[in-house]
Amino acid sequence: MSSGIRFDSVSVAYGGNVVLDSLDLTVEPGEVMALLGPSGSGKTTALRAVAGFVRPVSGRVFLGERDVTDLPPYRRGIGMVVQQYALFPHLRVADNVAFGLRARRTARAEVRQRVAEALEMTGMTAYARRHPRELSGGQQQRVAIARALAIRPGVLLLDEPLSALDARLRSGMLAELARLHRELPDVSILYVTHDQVEALTLADRIAVMDRARLRACGTPAELYRAPADEFTASFVGGANLLPVTVGSGGVDFAGVPVKVDTAGVAAGARATLCVRPHAVGLGEGPNRLVGTVTEVQWRGATHRLYVAVGGQVVMADLRELRDPPGFGDDVALHFAPEDAVLLPAGVSRG
Amino acid sequence: MLVHSRGARWAVWAVFGVLFLPLFALPLLVVLGASFATHWSGALPSGMTVANFRSATRGDALDALTTSLVTAVTASLLALAVGTWAALAAARLKERHRRIVDALFVLPLAVPSVVVGLSLLVAFSKPPMLLNGTRWIVILAHTVLVTSFAHQSVSAAITRLDPAYEQAAASLGARPAYVLWRVRLPLLLPSLTAAAGLCFALSMGELSATMMLYPPDWTPLPVLIYSATDRGALFAGSALAVVLMAATLIVLSAVSRVRNKASYR
Repeated sequence: MSSGIRFDSVSVAYGGNVVLDSLDLTVEPGEVMALLGPSGSGKTTALRAVAGFVRPVSGRVFLGERDVTDLPPYRRGIGMVVQQYALFPHLRVADNVAFGLRARRTARAEVRQRVAEALEMTGMTAYARRHPRELSGGQQQRVAIARALAIRPGVLLLDEPLSALDARLRSGMLAELARLHRELPDVSILYVTHDQVEALTLADRIAVMDRARLRACGTPAELYRAPADEFTASFVGGANLLPVTVGSGGVDFAGVPVKVDTAGVAAGARATLCVRPHAVGLGEGPNRLVGTVTEVQWRGATHRLYVAVGGQVVMADLRELRDPPGFGDDVALHFAPEDAVLLPAGVSRG
Repeated sequence: MLVHSRGARWAVWAVFGVLFLPLFALPLLVVLGASFATHWSGALPSGMTVANFRSATRGDALDALTTSLVTAVTASLLALAVGTWAALAAARLKERHRRIVDALFVLPLAVPSVVVGLSLLVAFSKPPMLLNGTRWIVILAHTVLVTSFAHQSVSAAITRLDPAYEQAAASLGARPAYVLWRVRLPLLLPSLTAAAGLCFALSMGELSATMMLYPPDWTPLPVLIYSATDRGALFAGSALAVVLMAATLIVLSAVSRVRNKASYR
């Protein structure tokens, strides 16, 4: 079974409306690639182009070495799990899992063995005789995954698989998916999500999408520590995006000189300074900013402060404070120069 | 319940009782009463007997019941097959073309059934398509008339069918024919049985087109009821009507039992 996915400038349009704009992306065999983006960013369309449910207006889709652009869905040999599970309500769990095998006329003995295997892998063996309506959401999700894995696909497509689950189940299923991938190291997984936590947790690489285009692609650490643009910075992990003017050996933010690495940016240019809220500290330190507290949110383990500095709001996530500042207090913030990244100004803000 | 206060609820039931019972239940009760009677000159029928039923369940009457049942079952199955096929095919068409198909299938409903009967009579009275004088022209007329209902209810069910099921099946490697037989039709089964029940009930009661077409050896029960009452045999006609109602209800309740088994949610 071919593994790995390659998009070769794939575009999809409905009427005159371009929903995927020449996507170039390669998912290596055995790799987990998250397609991360807000709704309407084209991420689900990309997944459906791989599954064969939308036809690209241009470009080719490859599974392994095979060009599948013109193949109908049933000849592509991929596993797919969607948000609403789409379990067949008239079939029992075991028959749902066996569906793909029977559709391919697999021998009976082998169907039985592979169904047992897939149910075992997802921990659903005890529920084989149930109907889908007798299962909870999390259990239905496991059956949907078992059904997709039973055909031993080279490529697994997951379309927002956890969005219908509540938060506690979600983190459990996330660990479960990571374990499944360790057990099936050759399967390439394309994971569509709008949730950056899921993407950061599970993916080997993340492709960030916005408005039908690929914005950035890299490992979670790369995208988090050195985002390429403002959209990626704010969508992956959240960030303070501060408008600055580049000087020599630093930048000027609201009249305050700030030390950061300015390599590659011409002096005098306008740029955006990206600082993660958790990298901002309270009190004296390097790159000191003084401002007025406009809001304090207690989030259990942390306090988030919103501080107005020279007309801009700076967010700071601080380990829970014994004596947090109040609304209207003047406070000093600071951050280390190596925690800040200078981005080209406003080219991509959506 | 839309109405909350106890008094208002009683008032609603009272209105229901006054308006609907006389309109719907009472005529049926009158027929039931008449079917056991030999005279009805006072407020209530008199001369109670089961003789009407004895003659309504043998001889010509029994033949007519069998004729009606065979016609209705055959016409319903044909209508269901044709209507479902057309609805499945139309669902794949573009919006504009689908509307043309839908309009085509509503036509027998929009046209008076007498006209449908007449058109079939004119169309099939000459070779090579000589059906006039055979039972097939009656079955054909019933099929044409009830296919509209089958097509309408099945195509409504198809638009409600979540495409996610078909897509899941296709991604698992199922060819379109396999998806149709193993996923789409089983999911449509509750609507198919509902449509079958509706078609059967309509066909059992069809008179106007049948009157123009039936050959002497294929007389459905409604025709017999009509001719009995036409010659003044009201009580015998009532007994036949009760037999028709009972037969229809028995089949319908069997169909609805199948339907309950077939619904998953």
